[in-house]
Amino acid sequence: MILDIQALQLKAAQMRLATWQMIYRAKTGHTGSDLSCADIVTALYNDVMQQTPATFTNPNRDRYVQSKGHAVEILYNVLADAGYFPQADLLTYSQFNSPYIGHPTNHINGIEMNTGSLGHGLGLSVGMALAAKLDQRDYRVFTLMGDGEQAEGSVWEAAMAAGNYHLDNLTAIIDHNRLQISGPTESVMNSEPLAEKYAAFGFDVQEIDGNDMNQIVTVLTAENNTNKPRLILADTIKGKGISFAENQASWHHRVPTADEYQQGIDELQTVIGGLSK
Amino acid sequence: MTDTKKIGDVLCTELIEAANHDRNILAVTSDSRGSAALNPFVDAHPDQLVEIGIAEQNSVTVASGLAHSGKRPFVFAPAAFLTMRSIEQVKVDVAYSNSNVKLIGISGGNSYSVLGATHHSLQDLAITRAIPNLEIYMPADEHQAQGLMRYLATSPNPAYVRIGKVALPTLYPNVTQAFTKPGKANILSNYGQDVAIVAMGETLAIANEAAIQLNQLGIHAQVIDLVSLKPLDQATLNQVADQTHLIVTLEEHSLYGGLGSAVAEALAPRGDTKVHIIGFPDEPVIAGTQAEVFNYYGMDATSVTEKIKHWLR
Repeated sequence: MILDIQALQLKAAQMRLATWQMIYRAKTGHTGSDLSCADIVTALYNDVMQQTPATFTNPNRDRYVQSKGHAVEILYNVLADAGYFPQADLLTYSQFNSPYIGHPTNHINGIEMNTGSLGHGLGLSVGMALAAKLDQRDYRVFTLMGDGEQAEGSVWEAAMAAGNYHLDNLTAIIDHNRLQISGPTESVMNSEPLAEKYAAFGFDVQEIDGNDMNQIVTVLTAENNTNKPRLILADTIKGKGISFAENQASWHHRVPTADEYQQGIDELQTVIGGLSK
Repeated sequence: MTDTKKIGDVLCTELIEAANHDRNILAVTSDSRGSAALNPFVDAHPDQLVEIGIAEQNSVTVASGLAHSGKRPFVFAPAAFLTMRSIEQVKVDVAYSNSNVKLIGISGGNSYSVLGATHHSLQDLAITRAIPNLEIYMPADEHQAQGLMRYLATSPNPAYVRIGKVALPTLYPNVTQAFTKPGKANILSNYGQDVAIVAMGETLAIANEAAIQLNQLGIHAQVIDLVSLKPLDQATLNQVADQTHLIVTLEEHSLYGGLGSAVAEALAPRGDTKVHIIGFPDEPVIAGTQAEVFNYYGMDATSVTEKIKHWLR
């Protein structure tokens, strides 16, 4: 483990703060979605994956495909913090002619594939994981999906292929915050029971608290001896870390007002202060 | 009698040859290995086949992931499904992400004839042509198919290739004359400068036959094979338009958005060239064999000859 759990928690809080600031500055972004998966993305790049800016083009690196591409602001901040590109680049986020747009593109160092249209990340990851099997390489492939995204049929085509090919080097994570843009996922289009569905498609399913750093690190670094792809159903809170944004579908892509912004800053800095001790 | 060859068989032979030297070459299929004439490839390189099942969208996405990790996948599926059902995957995962995926649309155009519109791809050129970073080919004979496959096996560029089902007559004497490079059109035959007929793929032989018929009537045509629809050979089209003011295009595609549109768009700014587009009208396609349907819509050699006589009057 590179960082201890408290250091990872601190970093996740710092990433939330940077994301909150970035969205307020640019007046655009998927606030609730970023905050929901901040702990998972932070853990992947600071503890779990065998990948650094120096090894990003190495064929043996671990790979990450962010299928829920709209939560790009947290990814940008985690990548910048890890040294994939200068922090100052993010000041151009969503500005004219900037590569730092509202969904991931591989014009940016550290990003594997272009995403944004939902339901692509799992299939892309199946291809990468299958390539590892064909070439007898031992890298791992991680992908992060939303729970609303589970309504896309292409997710299940990819899940079927992952199970068919026994891709035990593939870890799919669902950011299971139970909210999507129009409201509760169960009422928009009920995709439950997700654990049972993925198990039926041939996955080893693990359920965790996706905002608990200890559980995230434990499950993502655990060996997989099941001969099956792994699905982590990560129960999360949309808008996690900002009290008034938590569990509110309306914060899916809402930009804070000046007052809300300051309150959010205060809340996040309190958390950061507590973890810095 | 002129030699004929099924282009699918040629692609398979060339893919086997490429795979003999490059273990990264893969055939990705969606339960289509038989209809894509790939069984010899499966026998020769069983470890270089990736079967995705009847899931065309996933076959394109998985191929993009494979390509991203160093593989050179050729995705084989009926053109109708590959370019319509999977079009978003083609746009995003292949073209936008710049993945080295070759999309091979088999049984294109009206090849599946009486199987109906579900199986026809008469809009594929329009939709793929509008996607940046995607080359588009329709090989016209065995030599061009060979040259094209040798290029694709080493090219890093995303590409869509549409082939038909029936055997095609051999039009070129060798590979070198059939295919030079992307964006380089060929003048297949040149009887004179009364009219130029522009075609590619399966309609090239029809265009050539029409030129022969016209010549017998004292009308002198040249036949232009675009070879690639994208990139488009603007220079050759300009050269042709400098010589003749009537250009006729012939395609197994909707009148909207395909080869004829591409040629018209390329030449419209000149203001001195008339372009007539022959293709499928904007209506449900009548049932029949491919030959019967071509005849019905005035796309056979005799009909093309008659149209050109009329337009030159």
